[in-house]
Amino acid sequence: MDTLQSKYKTVKVDEVKEWFKAAPISAFSVNGGACVKYKDLQIAVFNFERFNNWYACQNLSPAKNEMVLSRGMLGDHKGVPKIACPLLKNTFSLETGENLNGDLEPIAIYPVKIKDGFVYIGTH
Amino acid sequence: MKTILVIGNGMVGYKFCEKLMAKSESDNYKVIVFGEEPRPAYDRVHLSEYFADQNAERLSMAPRSWYEENNIELITNERVTDVHRASKTITTINDKEYIYDYLVLATGSSAFVPPIPGVEKEGVFVYRTIEDLDATMAYVAKIKSQKPDGKAAILGGGLLGLEAGKAIIDMGLETSVVEFAPRLMPRQLDNEASQVLQNKLEALGIDILLNKGTQNIEGDKAITGMKFSENETLPVDMLLVSAGIRPRDELAKTCGLEVGTRGGILVTNNMKTSDDSIYAIGECALLNQMIYGLVAPGYDMAGVAVDNILGDEALMPSAIDMSTKLKLSGIDVASFGDALNEAKESESIVYENKFQGIYKKINVSKDGKKLLGGILVGDASDYNMLHQIFLNGMAIPENPEDLILGARGGEEASFGSALDLPDSAVVCSCEAVTKGQICCSVTEDGNEDLASVVAATKATTGCGGCKPMVTDLVTETLKSMGKVVKDVICDHFQYSRQELYSILKVKKVTSFDEALDACGEGKGCELCQPAVSSILASLYNHTPNKEDVSQDSNDKFLANIQRNGTYSVVPRIAGGEVTPEQLIVLGQIGKKYNLYTKITGGARIDFFGAELNDLPAIWTELIAEGFESGHAYGKSLRTVKSCVGSTWCRYGMDESITFAIELENRYKGLRSPHKIKGGVSGCIRECAEARGKDFGIIAVEGGWNLYVCGNGGATPRHAELLAEQIDNETVVKYLDRFLIYYIETAAPLMRTAAWLDKLEGGIEQLKKVVVEDSLGINAELEAQMDLLVDAYECEWKQVVESDTMKDRFSHFVNSDDRDDNIAFVPMRDQKMPELWK
Ligand code: SRM
Ligand SMILES: Cc1cc2nc3c(=O)[nH]c(=O)nc-3n(C[C@H](O)[C@H](O)[C@H](O)COP(=O)(O)OP(=O)(O)OC[C@H]3O[C@@H](n4cnc5c(N)ncnc54)[C@H](O)[C@@H]3O)c2cc1C
Ligand code: SF4
Ligand code: FES
Repeated sequence: MDTLQSKYKTVKVDEVKEWFKAAPISAFSVNGGACVKYKDLQIAVFNFERFNNWYACQNLSPAKNEMVLSRGMLGDHKGVPKIACPLLKNTFSLETGENLNGDLEPIAIYPVKIKDGFVYIGTH
Repeated sequence: MKTILVIGNGMVGYKFCEKLMAKSESDNYKVIVFGEEPRPAYDRVHLSEYFADQNAERLSMAPRSWYEENNIELITNERVTDVHRASKTITTINDKEYIYDYLVLATGSSAFVPPIPGVEKEGVFVYRTIEDLDATMAYVAKIKSQKPDGKAAILGGGLLGLEAGKAIIDMGLETSVVEFAPRLMPRQLDNEASQVLQNKLEALGIDILLNKGTQNIEGDKAITGMKFSENETLPVDMLLVSAGIRPRDELAKTCGLEVGTRGGILVTNNMKTSDDSIYAIGECALLNQMIYGLVAPGYDMAGVAVDNILGDEALMPSAIDMSTKLKLSGIDVASFGDALNEAKESESIVYENKFQGIYKKINVSKDGKKLLGGILVGDASDYNMLHQIFLNGMAIPENPEDLILGARGGEEASFGSALDLPDSAVVCSCEAVTKGQICCSVTEDGNEDLASVVAATKATTGCGGCKPMVTDLVTETLKSMGKVVKDVICDHFQYSRQELYSILKVKKVTSFDEALDACGEGKGCELCQPAVSSILASLYNHTPNKEDVSQDSNDKFLANIQRNGTYSVVPRIAGGEVTPEQLIVLGQIGKKYNLYTKITGGARIDFFGAELNDLPAIWTELIAEGFESGHAYGKSLRTVKSCVGSTWCRYGMDESITFAIELENRYKGLRSPHKIKGGVSGCIRECAEARGKDFGIIAVEGGWNLYVCGNGGATPRHAELLAEQIDNETVVKYLDRFLIYYIETAAPLMRTAAWLDKLEGGIEQLKKVVVEDSLGINAELEAQMDLLVDAYECEWKQVVESDTMKDRFSHFVNSDDRDDNIAFVPMRDQKMPELWK
């Protein structure tokens, strides 16, 4: 169980070694999410227009170990952007990865950059 | 700065840290905790839940970061091997050495394995740690893959054994519980109660064998059976031993602390061992010649040890409560106080109802004034109250039998409200929270809902058994303060669903963003987006395709997400009527996409295990064959179940099947606060279970009887009669009005029965509105339903006809690959998701 999760480590903007070119902006629905394949990782990317921002996190639900977070609902918790897991409605901050309605371990968060109409994910 | 070493990071060792950190003096101490298990302390009491979801984090008492934030050094995976009292040091398995000023032994206990010959064989497990459960589950999976009729046994019919039995049978193995004593839970129940419980467990499929001493575990390498006597052997493929616990006193023994003759570290009632600097708490401690195998006394011990170390005098109470409630869903068993009348100080009052499987017994002091103990099986709803009456020595009614039978003879019972308890009553024994503290937290600290009271007091966070009572206390206290608890949707919309419905309608809002602009704040969440989407659908019959990102995620993908992230596919089969040709087509599609196939409880066919990427292709084929979405994923009309009625049945009074198909087609796609189900029966024999539905219609002499607001599920309710002997058109007219009235006024996720409960005036009021038009809104209600029926479109048809809509059904945006995390295992002749890893 730990092995799958251990592949996902938060990347801070100043640690980015490579920006992975994921897909054109148009492939992501507004205020929704989609999943990007990067090497053997699955990364959920969200175009949260109401926040005027893009976010990315692991696609792996830490509660159930299923690849589903990109299919969850976006929202805010006291002003913090969050994603709700479609399986059991655990919610996570998209800024810190912290579990907002329980004691699950935080999820990994990745930086997102938009350039020339393309979405890039920051990786180590 | 003094150093406290805590050996053992179980529930009680953790509680010690938590209670110490709550004290301001804790800054003067360096705390180091050693745990032999690989992870930080977790909730062992709810260990069985791990079988269901393998979610270790959910059981965690506190994440590692909590220890860090409190400057506690937590060293897991490290067993302490020696205590050197002369030098006040300890050494660990990795030969690390630490000095202490105070040592706290919280080493707990281990499962007791009786020395039966052969018990070391493969396939024999115990039930104490997460690792034990992992090993058990892996073995169950192995048996299941090799043998279709694998069998398991549990050794021990106590609390834990029964919990384990339920868990194993849920995993799909035939299970027997083997108990040496002549009854189940011998320490808590008498023979009669045990018999009632046995019947219930047998009904769940668990086999109960009493009076069985196991002589030998049979098998070469792995277990194949349990031998009870020369000519009695039970063939089994695995065994879970749950025969009691043994305190872990090995460290105490080797360093010369006093231990009991039958084990356990001897402590006095300030939790000190025979060495003044060493404390023992929890299940390793022998207090009053007893090992208390429950968390609540352990938590008390932790508090007493903290106080004594900090220099305050504190003592364990002289009477320690050992009341227990079994945690098996659907089976109520509780016992409290002197349940078996061992002290012979009481007379018993017994109520037994063999029809309903209920047994209640209370032991009342000989003067008839005090409740001394009791047993409840089959209906333990009075447990919390009775337990409180017992604990607080409260006065009992003149006719003590009222305690279990309820007051008869017109007069109100003189007890029964949680608010009647004395302020000092300990309502949550795990966290030692009194009634006074809970009420104060509401009246004085301004906590206005259960969640904030829980956060402030920690009540309910242990075994959870006190939750109903804490909930009652919070609501009753709020009510006594004259507070109306306003039902708002969430932080983003400060309105009830009914208010929001009117606002969106009047302001002609058509999207979630517009709703936020019109009357919301913030960016929305997983509560308000589905609520707004549902209202918009009820206003205009917009399908979820119009704004897929604001739908609940099952609606977004027009399918129910399953355990492994795959989806189910349920085509509509109105009234349950299906032609042989349609069945063949369904069979072919199921086969082509390798889908697990089942007839549902709603009398139609469900395919499981469809990957997201395959959904549009599957539906393209279904639609080409004339099928439509069954809306099994939506809060919307599900099915209108029907019997064959007069079409075939010799008793049928009317054509139930024809009418059911008409109704299902009329209301299909209708979105509502919760799901809606209907039923039509051809006569009062009621084969379609119409009265168990949100609307039910039964053919009688002279027309149909129309019933509303029933359901099955967790709280079954029979529907109530709305109108009698009416014709088809009137049924449709009343139903249109009833459904729209419900849709406009119910709270989110509130089914019709709960809605009727809240409706002032109940069914009589509903009759006035729907039948007599007392509010004068019926024309409007009917017009709204007509609008929705006309606007119906199959949402799956919209998707398969649109290339852009299909896009959302691929797992990756940047690749055609599938989700490689999905794994299936064979099951009978089909497949199922792999057990959670
Ligand atoms: C598939 C099915 C079980 C089966 O294998 O037979 C089923 C499966 C689920 N039921 Fe059910 N229920 C199914 C018939 C029933 C019935 C029987 C019936 O309809 O006559 C009931 C009791 C009747 C009733 O609803 O009053 C039933 C009472 C529930 C409840 C409890 C509702 C309540 O008011 O207490 C839930 C939970 C909920 O809806 O909140 C539920 C929820 C669910 C969910 C949606 C849980 C979930 O979110 O995953 C399951 C979806 C599986 C899926 O993807 O299809 N299911 N469920 C049945 C599908 C019927 C269909 O054709 O659409
Ligand atoms: C399945 C199950 C269901 C239960 N249900 C209930 C219930 O409904 N209600 C109830 O009140 N109680 C229940 N209990 C009992 C409850 O879990 C225990 O009373 C409680 O866990 C005791 O806590 P503890 O800290 O004393 O011991 P434990 O939780 O056993 O913790 C002791 C810890 O110390 C560690 N340890 C031991 N020796 C060393 C060493 N030398 N060095 C380092 N670490 C060491 C052990 O590995 C263990 O992690 C249940 C128990 C089980 C197993
Ligand atoms: S409800 Fe009545 S009509 Fe319908 S199948 Fe049963 S007996 Fe026949
Ligand atoms: S009594 Fe156990 S949590 Fe309250």
